[in-house]
Amino acid sequence: MILQAAAAVVLLAVSGLAVATFPRSILAFLLFQAAILVAYLARIPGWLKGTLLGIALLAMMPIIGAYNGYYLEVATQVGIFVALALGLNIVVGLAGLLDLGYVAFFAVGAYAWAIFGSPHANEIFGGGFPLPGSAFYLFLVVGLLVGAVTGVLLGLPVLRLRGDYLAIVTLGFGEVIRVLANNLDKPLNITNGPKGITPIARPPAPFGLPHYEYFYFLVLAIVLVVILVNRRLEDSHIGRAWEAIREDEVAAQAMGVPLVRMKLLAFACGASFAGVMGVVFSSKQIFINPESFTFLESIGVLAMVILGGMGSIPGAVLGATVVTILNLQVLKGLSLWLNELKNAGVTVFGYSLANLPTQLEPAKYERMIFGVILVLMMIFRPQGILPVRRRQRELAEPRPAAPAAARIEEPAS
Amino acid sequence: MTPLFEARGVTKRFGGLTAVNQVDFTVSEGIASIIGPNGAGKTTLFNVFTGLYPPDAGTVTFRGRSLVGLRPDQITALGICRTFQNIRLFRNMTAIENVLVGMHARLPLRLADALTRGPRFRQVERAAWARAGQLLQRVGLRDVANDVARNLPYGDQRRLEIARALASEPTLLLLDEPTAGMTATEAAALMALLRSLVSDLGLAILLIEHNMRVVMGVSDRVTVLDHGEKIAEGRPQDVQANPRVIEAYLGRASWDRARRAVALD
Amino acid sequence: MDFELLLAIFPIVLLDGLILGFMYALIALGYTMVYGVLEFINFAHSEIFIVGAFVGVEILLGLRNQGLLDAIPWPLLLLLILAAGMLVSACLAVAVERVAYRPLRGAPRLIPLISAIGVSFFLQDLIRLIESVWRNAFNLVYPTVDALNQRFEITATLDVSVKALVVIVAALGMLWVLQVLVNRTKVGTAIRAVAEDQAAASLMGINVNRIISLTFFIGGAMGGAAGVLFGVQYGLINPYTGFIPGLKAFTAAVLGGIGNIPGAMVGGLVLGLLEAFAASYMSLLTGGAFGAEYKDIFAFSVLILILIFRPKGLLGEVVRERA
Repeated sequence: MILQAAAAVVLLAVSGLAVATFPRSILAFLLFQAAILVAYLARIPGWLKGTLLGIALLAMMPIIGAYNGYYLEVATQVGIFVALALGLNIVVGLAGLLDLGYVAFFAVGAYAWAIFGSPHANEIFGGGFPLPGSAFYLFLVVGLLVGAVTGVLLGLPVLRLRGDYLAIVTLGFGEVIRVLANNLDKPLNITNGPKGITPIARPPAPFGLPHYEYFYFLVLAIVLVVILVNRRLEDSHIGRAWEAIREDEVAAQAMGVPLVRMKLLAFACGASFAGVMGVVFSSKQIFINPESFTFLESIGVLAMVILGGMGSIPGAVLGATVVTILNLQVLKGLSLWLNELKNAGVTVFGYSLANLPTQLEPAKYERMIFGVILVLMMIFRPQGILPVRRRQRELAEPRPAAPAAARIEEPAS
Repeated sequence: MTPLFEARGVTKRFGGLTAVNQVDFTVSEGIASIIGPNGAGKTTLFNVFTGLYPPDAGTVTFRGRSLVGLRPDQITALGICRTFQNIRLFRNMTAIENVLVGMHARLPLRLADALTRGPRFRQVERAAWARAGQLLQRVGLRDVANDVARNLPYGDQRRLEIARALASEPTLLLLDEPTAGMTATEAAALMALLRSLVSDLGLAILLIEHNMRVVMGVSDRVTVLDHGEKIAEGRPQDVQANPRVIEAYLGRASWDRARRAVALD
Repeated sequence: MDFELLLAIFPIVLLDGLILGFMYALIALGYTMVYGVLEFINFAHSEIFIVGAFVGVEILLGLRNQGLLDAIPWPLLLLLILAAGMLVSACLAVAVERVAYRPLRGAPRLIPLISAIGVSFFLQDLIRLIESVWRNAFNLVYPTVDALNQRFEITATLDVSVKALVVIVAALGMLWVLQVLVNRTKVGTAIRAVAEDQAAASLMGINVNRIISLTFFIGGAMGGAAGVLFGVQYGLINPYTGFIPGLKAFTAAVLGGIGNIPGAMVGGLVLGLLEAFAASYMSLLTGGAFGAEYKDIFAFSVLILILIFRPKGLLGEVVRERA
């Protein structure tokens, strides 16, 4: 334990320094993010973990952001996807319902704020919009509710379906939402079609913080709430009911678990996280269009949950972090690096890299990454990198004087 | 006095096959067993009683209230719980978690309670965990409470299923071949457990069994099914000597041969 | 509402629907055969389908580069790309089964499904990678073969292109061959036996692994053929084009009754016709408010409705439901 604690502290300090010294170095930032993960996952006492993470996330990261705004953007994206992964974790990991259209809830939340927080709503209602930036906070709640309601609506028809059929139908729903987003610009222009909606209002940042720093803290706060809610749900009768449904639905029902209600609850809870984050996303991006809400995103979130470990909260956090960083930093970095090499005229085994086809861009190969993750994880480690660890509980002292006839073992304990 | 549980004229067909045909059945107290050759329709009868299948004909009432059309979880909430012929535990959950799921219908908690973690939640959960521990104690599994269900030995898994069923505070317990695969010692221990459940908790128990020693040793009443129909019912010793019952198990030719061999009439 | 217009376009819409329907039927066969044998949705089938299209286009482009495209009579050309497409797709399907599905055979149902999704995504980008390196482009256009584009007049207002006829004839032919194979040959009986009960089939001396590979081979070949025909008919393909038709073909398979081979044909045709009519008439009927763009939603709605109200499909599900 001392070793892990020392490792965490040293790693954080060193990587922090590295980033400060080389703000443009992607490797240094990767090291820093790895250090945070190590601190999160290490078996160290809670107070130490909290302190380290607090310093790293509340102090070091924003300062790094001042050096290089892009890193803070990455961190914020990671946060958004962590929340999404935690939401999907409830549906897929806890309740065992394979939802392939999860991005639909994200889209619904995003469009909710996008429509009302931009002048676009004037096309529908005639005037009076956009709402002021401070309405954003109200819309966080609206996003939650809209997500939950959409989750229930989507869940109702599909609940009795078998696992693989459920998956395909949810996929269909996700596609329906995407097509709707793309085409609901007539007769009534609700979504403005492929052109997207912009500009979307942002909440005024307190203390004169630059927006990207403010959004980072906002996302961080929401993620903490989401983690808390997840943990409370998981360690309750609801979480146990969900897991029972996942393990054996027939037996769960026979033991008194109301299937429809619990499944709808799972959908609603998972969807509500996505709805809230959708509002945050559209506000952060200022511009959204249907391209951000495709099947690729749904599978991306699924890959995060599976990589980390289905049903496991630290797993979802890990999975989201790793996959987002892979896409945003590693792939992109590879692309940039390759371009640099090409421009520099580097040759490999006599083959000049400048001759590489221009269409070959590593940054575009997200699908390959997701695909490889999914297949390899299913074959080699379906429980994920950080599988759920069953809670070990201390049982209270047994009551004395159970009738003698009931004792099967020798009078024990 | 109205019986606790009453089924009249229950019929269940699957396509061309009539699995259960006009079966009447009542349980009031004590232990009743249902026996019969394989394929006689015993588990199907259980499935109809617990709401897994709706009957094609007939009535099923519990405390005077009709169960037909109710979902299995609703029936459990009313006070009937069951175990399964092929063990259906929640394999990746621990033993005590399995039992806690059984309590779902009895926990007066809602979503808001779980989220806010108020004093009521903590109190109810604490009591639930304590009670789960006691149930495990009763079936002798307290020491393995934190073991994952799929790692438990077979006999323990069967007993865990019973503890889980008990968690829902049933008035009527339906056990589907609870001693299947058990050794003689384990089966004897189970018999003692069943008797204690009746005497301590006032449960009525309905048993499907193949192990004749258990059936004879523990039942107050035995019902025999064959090809979906009830062919005999009564005290264990009466049913045992019933020629129709013996014929159902051994087949007509074997029964004739046996009679001739022993020179019976 | 202009009834004359509606009536006038009817034969054209009908023909479009048939062509679309036969294409869906061919793709659906791949889904249904695999599901019948393994109770498993081969999500990657949409990529196996589009690989066929890519094989076809590469051959045609290669021939055009050599200046041979016009030298070869079109039936031979068609046969060549069909055979090549079918072969490559079939082999790919077998390889995918071997690598990504066989290790997961005992696992709970969702695990291989997730693996299949992974394979699907992987193949999409793999095609993109190969084409990017080979040709520095991955949005490819089928070279026009004039003979195939000739149109026949059927009536005053209706004409059909040779390539459309080719699609219909080829599809019918392959469906007929498949029916014969599955119902009249020893191998077909073995496939049906494995679909019924793997354990019993293996006890009867059937090599289950080989039969499963064969099923993937046949299903993959059908998908590859559909891919070539798709490319010939619609002209433009990219690695991601397989996804939507794949999903719709799966809908068709479910519509007809998953696991049921004639069902795949019926389902494909019904879905193709429904979609063609929806695409053409929806716009006219709603005064332009909802047009052809919604045809995708149409297919998905059919899927959702079928699964909710009649999951057995039109011709009934062949797969046993576990009690």
